[in-house]
Amino acid sequence: MDTREKDIEKLKDYKYGFTTDIENVKAPKGLNEDVIKFISNIKKEPKWMLDFRLKAYERLKLLKEPNWQKPKYPKIDYQDLYYYSAPKSMSDKPKSLDELDPKLLETYKKLGIPLQEQARLNGIAVDAVFDSVSVATTFKGELTKHGIIFCSMSEAIQKHPDLVKKYLGTVIPVTDHFFATLNSAVFTDGSFVYIPEDVKCPMELSTYFRINASETGQFERTLIIADKGSYVSYLEGCTAPMRDENQLHAANVELIALDDAEIKYSTVQNWYPGDENGKGGIYNFVTKRGLCKGKNSKISWTQVETGSAITWKYPSCILKGDNSIGEFYSIAITNNHQKADTGTKMIHLGKNTKSKIISKGISAGFSDMTYRGLVDINSKAKNSSNYTQCDSLLMGNKCGAHTVPYIKNKNFDSNIAHEATTSKISEEQLHYCQQRGLNPEEAVGLIVNGFCKEVLQQLPMEFAVEAQKLVGISLEGSVG
Amino acid sequence: MSEQVQSDFDKITKTSKISEEEIQIKKNFLNKFIKSGFPNRKQEDWKFLDISQIIKKNISDLSFFNDYSQPNKIDTSTFVDGLEHNKIIFVNGKIEKIDFNYEDQNKIEISDETKKDISFNYENSLINLNNAFTHKVFKILVKKNYYLKKPLIIYHSTNDKIKSTNINLRLDFELGENSCLRLIDFFTDNKAKNFINIFYNFILENDSILKNYKIDKFRNDNLKYSFNNIEQGNNSVSETFILSAGSDYFKNEINCNLNGEYSSAFINGVFSLKENQQHEIRTVINHLVENTKSYQLIKSVLGKYSKSAYQGRIFVNSKAQKTDGYQLSKAILLDETSEFNAKPELEIYADDVKCSHGSASGSLDENSIFYLMSRGLNYQQSKELLINGFLLDVVEKITDLEIKKLIKNIIGLKK
Repeated sequence: MDTREKDIEKLKDYKYGFTTDIENVKAPKGLNEDVIKFISNIKKEPKWMLDFRLKAYERLKLLKEPNWQKPKYPKIDYQDLYYYSAPKSMSDKPKSLDELDPKLLETYKKLGIPLQEQARLNGIAVDAVFDSVSVATTFKGELTKHGIIFCSMSEAIQKHPDLVKKYLGTVIPVTDHFFATLNSAVFTDGSFVYIPEDVKCPMELSTYFRINASETGQFERTLIIADKGSYVSYLEGCTAPMRDENQLHAANVELIALDDAEIKYSTVQNWYPGDENGKGGIYNFVTKRGLCKGKNSKISWTQVETGSAITWKYPSCILKGDNSIGEFYSIAITNNHQKADTGTKMIHLGKNTKSKIISKGISAGFSDMTYRGLVDINSKAKNSSNYTQCDSLLMGNKCGAHTVPYIKNKNFDSNIAHEATTSKISEEQLHYCQQRGLNPEEAVGLIVNGFCKEVLQQLPMEFAVEAQKLVGISLEGSVG
Repeated sequence: MSEQVQSDFDKITKTSKISEEEIQIKKNFLNKFIKSGFPNRKQEDWKFLDISQIIKKNISDLSFFNDYSQPNKIDTSTFVDGLEHNKIIFVNGKIEKIDFNYEDQNKIEISDETKKDISFNYENSLINLNNAFTHKVFKILVKKNYYLKKPLIIYHSTNDKIKSTNINLRLDFELGENSCLRLIDFFTDNKAKNFINIFYNFILENDSILKNYKIDKFRNDNLKYSFNNIEQGNNSVSETFILSAGSDYFKNEINCNLNGEYSSAFINGVFSLKENQQHEIRTVINHLVENTKSYQLIKSVLGKYSKSAYQGRIFVNSKAQKTDGYQLSKAILLDETSEFNAKPELEIYADDVKCSHGSASGSLDENSIFYLMSRGLNYQQSKELLINGFLLDVVEKITDLEIKKLIKNIIGLKK
């Protein structure tokens, strides 16, 4: 096989593995105060923002990288990374989509994210993040009519400093764990959403993350605030080119739901997982945390994790307001040499709080999958309840599936129920499907989709279709 | 603390007649212990109950030296009635009596020649402490094809004569092919505020059966730690029952290696706790070969200011296909100050396995209480009935009828 054929072969497996040849502006390599000042300066940030970053950096110096996780990885040299990379054409911000670099538009077209609004039939507002900066946000006019703010983080810092100042770092403080603090110090861009009181957001909001430049870490920061009585559904998708090196992605996502508000956050994560020998791929170390601040608020996380060499994240809910609800639905699929350590934390502080965790893990090939979760019911959280179900499916005896739930109940009025099972696809099931004319691969696809159904149902329509396909693709070649 | 340990250790080496080689081995363990100290919250296995803090709070004058040259008086009033049994009697950490009167003496071999230098695949500083300070380690060998006629009861008692505030015990058991041992650990304490560290090592040859019942029923304010290491051969069965109710602090750890095909391990535990008690059961079951089975059931009833924790881990090796593993932990919290923690863990590397775990905790079901009260019971009676029923479920799992009856009597559960 010549190299070209090999490339084509590769692309079949991961169709987002191309690179875009674009001129970049980069911060000098390494992590120090100057780089942080450089980032802050290039984004023309006010002084309070720089102070926020520097405070985080001071704290970072004291912190050690955690190493209790199951998937171990070679030590990351934080001085050998670029912390800021942006397409050159973005240096002077384009006023409209027409001024955008055509190469960028082309990239997003390839990814299937049309930035031209008219091209989108079913109206989803998209914020596209390319390496370190947000390149475009669509449907702004329509959203502004409702008073909804949906823009890049950098823009929000300039235009809505009060809101950002009030909420940024309230859920994930600068003094949090290593990767969250690293993000607080060097975060580059991300999405900012504010839904005003009693507004039901008329369309799905969506962000598409793309890592393009090499030796770059992507550190985006997303902040979503749902004011009293509002509702928003937010989608997140990610891809990256295929490279032999491992790239770091350490994002922070903060959600705040005030009284009676509801936030639905869905992720389809499809970062480059590395090749079949486990070379390359993204390290996806993300901190996602939602705060149900007000009464009767609700936060729901849905995730489909198919990509990344290592996924290490626990989207969490802090149920502070009385009667608040936290939900977590997850499908994590690992194949080849992928590793995942994912799950959630449900921290019950308010009265009558409820949470539900449904986690489905599928491991194939040489991969390793861990569900790690915490349910903590505080002594003041009277009459709270939690239900957890985590199921794992194993394909082959070279892979592993692990479940590590932590359960803490300090309240006698509250109930916690936890169930977990581990199994494989039974011969009978396969036989039944094959008897009816499906080939083994289709049969596995069907059974796996059935296994994941509870979670797939939670996704918005367009995403559900995509996710279902993704589940099939991720497992290709794992039967036999 | 480390100075105290060192000086007490020196006292032992001076006063007792042990070989230079043995002293060296003990010294190694001592140094390891001094280096790591008592385990604390930062260690994953000690996350829920921090023993270093608990010892600090409860025992102000921690000391390790015991004079074993003088015999202790055996208090026969604590013996279990209504069941003929063999005895091993520990008083203040010293074996006073080993009595296998009911058995064929040729079939049981007792020796104090054991491998001192035992090592594990993981570090445990309390085992290091135990190895450094145990007085004499006896090994009990049950020979091939011998079923002990009567159960063996090991009495763990303390009295006023005790010099130190720490006791370290160790016993080794080897069950030959197709043999059977029923073993009851019975705790009676007359002395308060001691830290008792017990380590049993079991080797189960093919087709052997071990039944171990640990009964800590009578209220006392000692702190206890017990570690069972069980190595199982083909077709062997181990059954462990833990009644964890008496001591202020009690942590039971069981490490079970299923090395032989068709071997199985059963662990059943009951926590019944009141004021300020903190108990924990931690189990590790390693399924290392094909066709092995494990079953665990742990139930807690938690009163005021009490806390229980269950950490269970099922490990399935990639070779161990057709494994069957099950864990269930349930807790009833009776008071707003009670607390239940659980960490049921599965670590699985084989695909053709059936493993599941479940955990549930909450208060007594109001509807059930209502049902009973509507049939004429008062509130207190209904509550007791429900709690008894809840716990009886575990006691019923005991396979030995004689011992089941005894344990029911001790707990005060009637059918």
